[in-house]
Parts: sequence; structure tokens; C-alpha cells
Amino acid sequence: MKTRFDAIIIGGGILGVSTAYELAKAGMKNVCVLEKHYLASGSTGRCGGGFRQQWSTEANTRLAMDSVARLESIEEELGYKTEFFQGGYLILAHTEEEEKQFAANVEMQRRLGLNVEIVDPEEAGKIVPFLNKDLIRKATWCPKDGHINPFLLTQAYANAARRLGAEIHLWTNVTGIMKKSNTFFIMTENGDNYETPLLFNCAGGYSRTIGDMLNVEIPVDPYRHEILVTEPVERLWDPMVISFSVGLYARQEMSGGVVMGMGDPNEPVGTYVGSSMHFMYEMSKRFTKLFPKLDKLRIVRQWAGLYEMTADAQPILGPIDQIDSFIQACGFSGHGLMLAPAVSQLLAEMTVHGKSSEVIDSLNVKRLYELKDVVKEKSVV
Amino acid sequence: MKIICRCQDVTEEEIIAALRQGATTIDEIRRLVRAGMGSCQGRTCRRLVSQIISRELKTPGSEIYPPTFRPPNRPVSFSLINAELDGHNDNEDDGGKK
Ligand SMILES: Cc1cc2nc3c(=O)[nH]c(=O)nc-3n(C[C@H](O)[C@H](O)[C@H](O)COP(=O)(O)OP(=O)(O)OC[C@H]3O[C@@H](n4cnc5c(N)ncnc54)[C@H](O)[C@@H]3O)c2cc1C
Ligand code: FES
Repeated sequence: MKTRFDAIIIGGGILGVSTAYELAKAGMKNVCVLEKHYLASGSTGRCGGGFRQQWSTEANTRLAMDSVARLESIEEELGYKTEFFQGGYLILAHTEEEEKQFAANVEMQRRLGLNVEIVDPEEAGKIVPFLNKDLIRKATWCPKDGHINPFLLTQAYANAARRLGAEIHLWTNVTGIMKKSNTFFIMTENGDNYETPLLFNCAGGYSRTIGDMLNVEIPVDPYRHEILVTEPVERLWDPMVISFSVGLYARQEMSGGVVMGMGDPNEPVGTYVGSSMHFMYEMSKRFTKLFPKLDKLRIVRQWAGLYEMTADAQPILGPIDQIDSFIQACGFSGHGLMLAPAVSQLLAEMTVHGKSSEVIDSLNVKRLYELKDVVKEKSVV
Repeated sequence: MKIICRCQDVTEEEIIAALRQGATTIDEIRRLVRAGMGSCQGRTCRRLVSQIISRELKTPGSEIYPPTFRPPNRPVSFSLINAELDGHNDNEDDGGKK
């Protein structure tokens, strides 16, 4: 088995496999992904699958717009079906404050060229039937947002990366890393030791742990985020619906089940991903508040995954000052699937061709050490 | 063509195709081809999927990474949950909207 590579990527989630693909595509010959379980076994395989371009910070909006542009032709490029579907996102404003914030968001998003509009409750009710219109003042609507199947997208990138010569080593848990002169020495639970001059941290909720192995702080904290799906029913609506005030998002899968999740401000930091009764109760209350007529839907399955939060809810990208050639692609704060296509491409162009990127620079970890000029992303559920 | 998962209409060929792409666990089969994602939540097909993995990958069943079991045990409607929260859990059945 080969253990020396030109680049090693820790983590076989969407960031790891897309980065492997982009590196190989950019011409790097020897690339390897190390994943402790199987592909998409972390947050990626547990996520909602949504992609949206409606963000409050410019960096997130830009990355999301570039990602969607890329996703529009990804099936063709990777030669794999992914259930990519642009059903739109409808984001609900319930308060005056939200109305103001959303107006500012839309202005910025339009300046960047996004097709997004503000609609009144009547129109919102047409876009998403069964919605309790009395609860909302306005909504923002982008028809080009949508969703994609996270397992299929991961598999698509992984297969394509392998075709270009990249390797993916599953069931390979990284337990220690040492850097001597220009080489990273990577130890694993299996006893195999790897060597590489270029290391990527794509470990999702475990990114801080990977940093710890090299004695650098990567300020990403894992929080459990729960989600559920109902039994399949006839077509209700196409878009993803988000309400920050009620605190939920919901969309209908192609197969008919309605997937919904919520943020819980009381969730402690930790990597526990079991399911709770509390979530089932709370989700039920919130969903039927927004969709009173859909209270006969039946929950068939609930699960949980990790949100990988940073202080400003934006990712940590690119190199770090303390250690050369240790590249970060982590801290996606609950929206990594939708940013991966653009981020992986930018990182590959940066590391292989030395091309610099303004967005990547603006998301350097430094901002989180200094915590100055940090603008927090507000549009997070 | 042999149907393995009746809830989701998944054939043996589809499962084998997923294994050829590198899947080795019941959870991956569930995620890639949806076998086990139906309303019985894999109660009917889990064993069969496990046997196929074992046969195709030539690993004993006992060595296949165990699947995760996810609540609820039976489908349950929001109205039933809400009624329980309101403290009168006798006012609705969980017949549900199918
Ligand atoms: C319930 C839920 C819903 C979500 N909904 C959305 C959504 O709708 N849209 C969206 O864009 N995002 C969503 N997200 C966020 C999204 O899932 C993540 O941001 C994204 O998957 C991050 O991808 P990743 O590859 O960085 O991390 P992961 O998928 O977590 O991959 C990291 C991998 O690293 C591996 N690993 C960790 N430590 C080690 C080690 N020491 N050695 C080897 N391997 C290791 C893990 O096993 C894991 O597979 C959601 C998340 C959750 C939990
Ligand atoms: S038979 Fe497979 S989920 Fe029911």
C-alpha cells in the first residue's frame, strides 16, 4: 500500500472528496483522502441537502453563488446523477427587524448579481401552499436555490477523483501528526504511517482535534443538530422554507417525505449525535405552528449530525500562519455542502497554481484569533 | 430482477452496483440506493441486505458494520405528538395522512 503522497486530505466528507477531485483535476498526481469510517459518514451524510445563495455576508453569498453555478453542470462533469433540483428557497420574515435585515441582505445579494426578490404573504402562500400566512410579514424568494442528494454528490466526486488517480483510504483513523522539516508524518489507528508535504484539514466537526495534533488552535466547535423526515405524501411544494424566528427549515424530498430540522440554542458543545424526544416534541410544535393543516403528517425517522460552528458562522479557509502547507477547509457552520463545490475549486487553484483568492483570504483563521472586524453571518438556522 | 426492499422498490442489482462502488456497510446501502429507508425502516429488508453484502464481499455477517437504528419505532403523526404535549393523548389516532 502506498503511504507517501503529494497531498493528504483528512476527512471523507463532501469537502474531502471534492478537494481530492479538484486537486487531481488541477494536475496533482498523488492525492489521498483518509477517512476514519466510510464516505459521508460525518455531517455530510446527515445533512439536509439544501443549497442557497441568500446569505447575509458577502463572502458566504459569493461562495454560494459560485457553487450553484458549478452545481448546475456537475452531473455532466462528474458523469453521475445527483438529484440536483432548483426548487427555490423561501425565507420568511416574521418581525419588523427581520424585514429590515432581509431588505439589506437582498440589496447586497442583488448587487452581486443574484436573482432574488421580496414577496408579500399572499404570494408566499402561492409559492408554498399550506403556509400559515398570518404569521409572516414578508418573505424573500430565490428560485435558483435548491437541493441535491449529499450521498450521491459525495459518491460522484469520489468516483471522479479515483478516475483521475486519487486514492481514498476508508476505515483509516488519524490519531497523531508530526511535522519535521517539510514533511507531515501522519499516524493512524491501523498502524500505517503516511507522509506528505501538503495536508488538508477537512475533518468537519473534528477539525479542532486535527489542529490539536499539530498544536495549533482551529476554533471550530461541534454542536449536535437534529433533523427528521415524514412518510412520503403527494407533492406539497418544491422550495425549501426557512423561518429563523420560528426556528425551522422544511422541504419535501423527491421521494415525497418532508425533511425538517431546527437549531437549538441550548445544545451544548460536543460530538454526541443521538436523537432526542425533546427535538421530536419541539419540531412538532414549530412545524404545525407554521403549517397547521399538515398536522396529520407522520414522522418516520429522526437523526442528528454535527454543525461545525465558528464564532462568525463562516468557514475557515486556506493556509495558516503557524504551520506552512497546512490548509484548512472547515468550520462551515451548518452550510458546508452548498459551499464545497466553489471552496474546493478555489483551494486547488491556490495550492496547485498559486492563484490567490480574495474570498479565501478574507476567511483566514486569523480573523477568529483577533476577533476584530468580524461580521457574523445572521442567516443560520 | 429481485426486489430486496419492498418499501422503496430496490433491486438486488442496485445493491450490488452500490457495493461495486465501494460501499461495505448497511448504512451506505441505505443512503446510496435507499434500501431500508421505507416506512418499515428496514425491518423487512435489513437481513437480506446484510446477506447480500456478506455474499458479495465474502465477509461473515458478524463482521459487517452494524446499522444505526433511528427513532421513532413506528410512524407517529404531529397531531398525536401535539395532543400528548397538551396532556390529552386520547383525542387522535395516528392514522396519518398517507
Ligand atoms: C442535520 C444537518 C443538516 C444540515 N443541512 C445542510 C444543508 O441543508 N445544506 C448544507 O450545505 N449544509 C448542511 N449541513 C452542514 C453540512 O452537513 C456540513 O457543513 C458539511 O457536510 C461539512 O462537510 P465536511 O466534509 O467538512 O465534514 P464531514 O462530512 O463531517 O466530514 C468530515 C469527515 O472527517 C472524518 N474524520 C474526522 N476525524 C478524523 C480523523 N481523525 N481521521 C480520519 N477521518 C476523520 C469524519 O469521519 C468525517 O467523515 C447540515 C448539517 C447537519 C448536521
Ligand atoms: S422493506 Fe426496505 S424499508 Fe421496508
